[in-house]
Amino acid sequence: MLSIKNLHASVEGKEILKGINLEIKAGEVHAIMGPNGSGKSTLSQVLAGNEAFEVTEGEVTLNGDNLLELETEERAREGIFLAFQYPVEIPGVSNLQFLRTAVNAMRKHKGEPEMNAAEFMKLAREVSKQVDLDPAFLKRGVNEGFSGGEKKRNEIMQALLLQPKLAILDETDSGLDIDALKVVSDGVNALRSADRAILMVTHYQRLLNHIVPDHVHVLAGGKIIKSGGRELALELEERGYGWLGIKDEVAAQ
Amino acid sequence: MATTDKEVKELIKREYEHGFVTEIESDTFEPGLNEDVIRRLSEIKQEPEFMLEWRLKAYRRWLEMEEPEWAHVDFPKVDYNSISYYSAPKKKEDMPQSLDEVDPELLKTYEKLGIPLHERAKLAGVAVDAVFDSVSVATTFKEPLEKAGVIFCPISEAVQKYPELVKKYLGSVVPAGDNYFAALNSAVFSDGSFVYIPKGVRCPMELSTYFRINAANTGQFERTLIVAEEGSYVSYLEGCTAPMRDENQLHAAVVELVALDDAQIKYSTVQNWYPGDENGKGGIYNFVTKRGACIGKNSKISWTQVETGSAITWKYPSCVLRGENSVGEFYSVALTHNYQQADTGTKMIHLGKNTRSTIISKGISAGRSSNAYRGLVKFGPGAEGARNFTQCDSLLIGDRCGAHTFPYIESKNKSAIVEHEATTSKVSDEQMFLCRQRGIDPEQAVSMIVNGFCKEVFKELPMEFAVEAGKLLEVSLEGSVG
Repeated sequence: MLSIKNLHASVEGKEILKGINLEIKAGEVHAIMGPNGSGKSTLSQVLAGNEAFEVTEGEVTLNGDNLLELETEERAREGIFLAFQYPVEIPGVSNLQFLRTAVNAMRKHKGEPEMNAAEFMKLAREVSKQVDLDPAFLKRGVNEGFSGGEKKRNEIMQALLLQPKLAILDETDSGLDIDALKVVSDGVNALRSADRAILMVTHYQRLLNHIVPDHVHVLAGGKIIKSGGRELALELEERGYGWLGIKDEVAAQ
Repeated sequence: MATTDKEVKELIKREYEHGFVTEIESDTFEPGLNEDVIRRLSEIKQEPEFMLEWRLKAYRRWLEMEEPEWAHVDFPKVDYNSISYYSAPKKKEDMPQSLDEVDPELLKTYEKLGIPLHERAKLAGVAVDAVFDSVSVATTFKEPLEKAGVIFCPISEAVQKYPELVKKYLGSVVPAGDNYFAALNSAVFSDGSFVYIPKGVRCPMELSTYFRINAANTGQFERTLIVAEEGSYVSYLEGCTAPMRDENQLHAAVVELVALDDAQIKYSTVQNWYPGDENGKGGIYNFVTKRGACIGKNSKISWTQVETGSAITWKYPSCVLRGENSVGEFYSVALTHNYQQADTGTKMIHLGKNTRSTIISKGISAGRSSNAYRGLVKFGPGAEGARNFTQCDSLLIGDRCGAHTFPYIESKNKSAIVEHEATTSKVSDEQMFLCRQRGIDPEQAVSMIVNGFCKEVFKELPMEFAVEAGKLLEVSLEGSVG
């Protein structure tokens, strides 16, 4: 589904990604782990099309089509979804209005009729329950005054509503307590399906106890230096990143 | 964002929607202003003697006055002798007695503007007065309004039919010599709306006036007077558009509101005069004096304005809170784009006991525009227990525009309470990225973010106009992404 070949990217002239190669097939769950500053978040931002980052080399295709020549919103409509690490607030715009605008943009792209306010309200209420968010949240401004955990659940709710082909989760577990982690993980597991891929970016292995990956990759210095199965994450938890020749004291926490 | 400039250039070509000119035969005065012009104007309008005297007095005052220069706007001097002070569609016979007699070209104009003057307007439940250049061309729903005792007619008609009311209230809130543009307006005003709501009557429908400048080199000087007797209520809306012309055109209006005991007036404006092109050429100079007097106790005047048009806006809808417990409100959204300049705000003059006022101002600047809020909150010695709350928020789109806030507070009463909050924010790249990552078009994203910013003001507008205002913002913002 997603094919990344020799991807180089920089921000403000500084190269962060230095030749990433990665193949993700439909139905698979991949986890990218690595210490702070390794380029994990950059990779997710670049895939989603954040214009602050410049791709200097390499190619990325989604189902054979060149992803890099698409605008951010076009990538989204082709099924790329990014759950943000720090979701931004949009004061005065209700979550409901924001979500309906997004869902209708996708539906329009697929040639489906737009949903009216009543239809959407019904759908949004159902999905909000799935991530244990009070439907009252739908009426509040986008992320306005949300706690860290509420923001993350809101992101997963959006993924469930938008039904992407590839969901990229950027540090979705950070700042969550155990209960919230469980809720978010259940939401992500509900996303798993044979025609959808999930790419999880995480610093900690604890998320992977709840969402079990098919493949684990270690990113360091802008390159994937090791790939393996589930057991690689467990090994990282036990031994830290040190045995791979990387310094990171918090990896195994 | 890296592509901002390119996007702006590509998208900015969007044209002003109401920029067409109606081909219609007009009677237009030669440009220039002197006492004879005013006499001719008064004669055409078949005005009683007192009106002509009033105009001449105002004109003489105006001659002695200086054009104000304190506003945060910059424009070449207006040559008042190059403007024509009267232009009216040539009537086939006399004044049209019903819509059937109105020139079809004119009706088409209002259809194009989305203002149906025909009876199907009944669906909307809004009575409309349409002012084309210097005259009122049609007023709808006269009958049901008359049944309720409400007077809603062109002010030129009111001068003839209700001279006592006009004499009593015209200039009672904005005196002829109040300021330069008010004096000019008092001398040469040509038409506008007159509304009178009798004691205890709740006006059965929204009243609305649409102003259209059509003729070239013509100024529009409309005058609106609304009087709400004891315990009455009225909601009034005005809308404005003009054709695209390379020359600047002057619009100097005066609006006066009078609220007696327990009366309420809600006055909403959607101002969309031609703003000039993307290089700042052309556009309307909108120099307007709007003031309401809460004379009676427990009276209330509420101004809501959505200002997206005009090359220059110079406007401060104000409230004089004389009656005990009277309430003044000002809700404003002012959007400037390209080279537009706005200096707008309000004055809340607290004179009576326990008077209260609320000011919510939302300024949005895009392109190379300049947007200033200027407000005065004043408490007289008798304003025991009076209070004001002011909130001024500015939103910047891009990095070549400016936002300014000039709040003035004067208090002569120690018990008065003032609260003031002000914020300035930007439509951030992060907000745009979040919206676009969810599949939303950049244009739609900006519009959604701006609408969210304006929400507190939009909710004060009558329902159907809130929708219109939202759409207007969307159109006005096209080409501002960044």
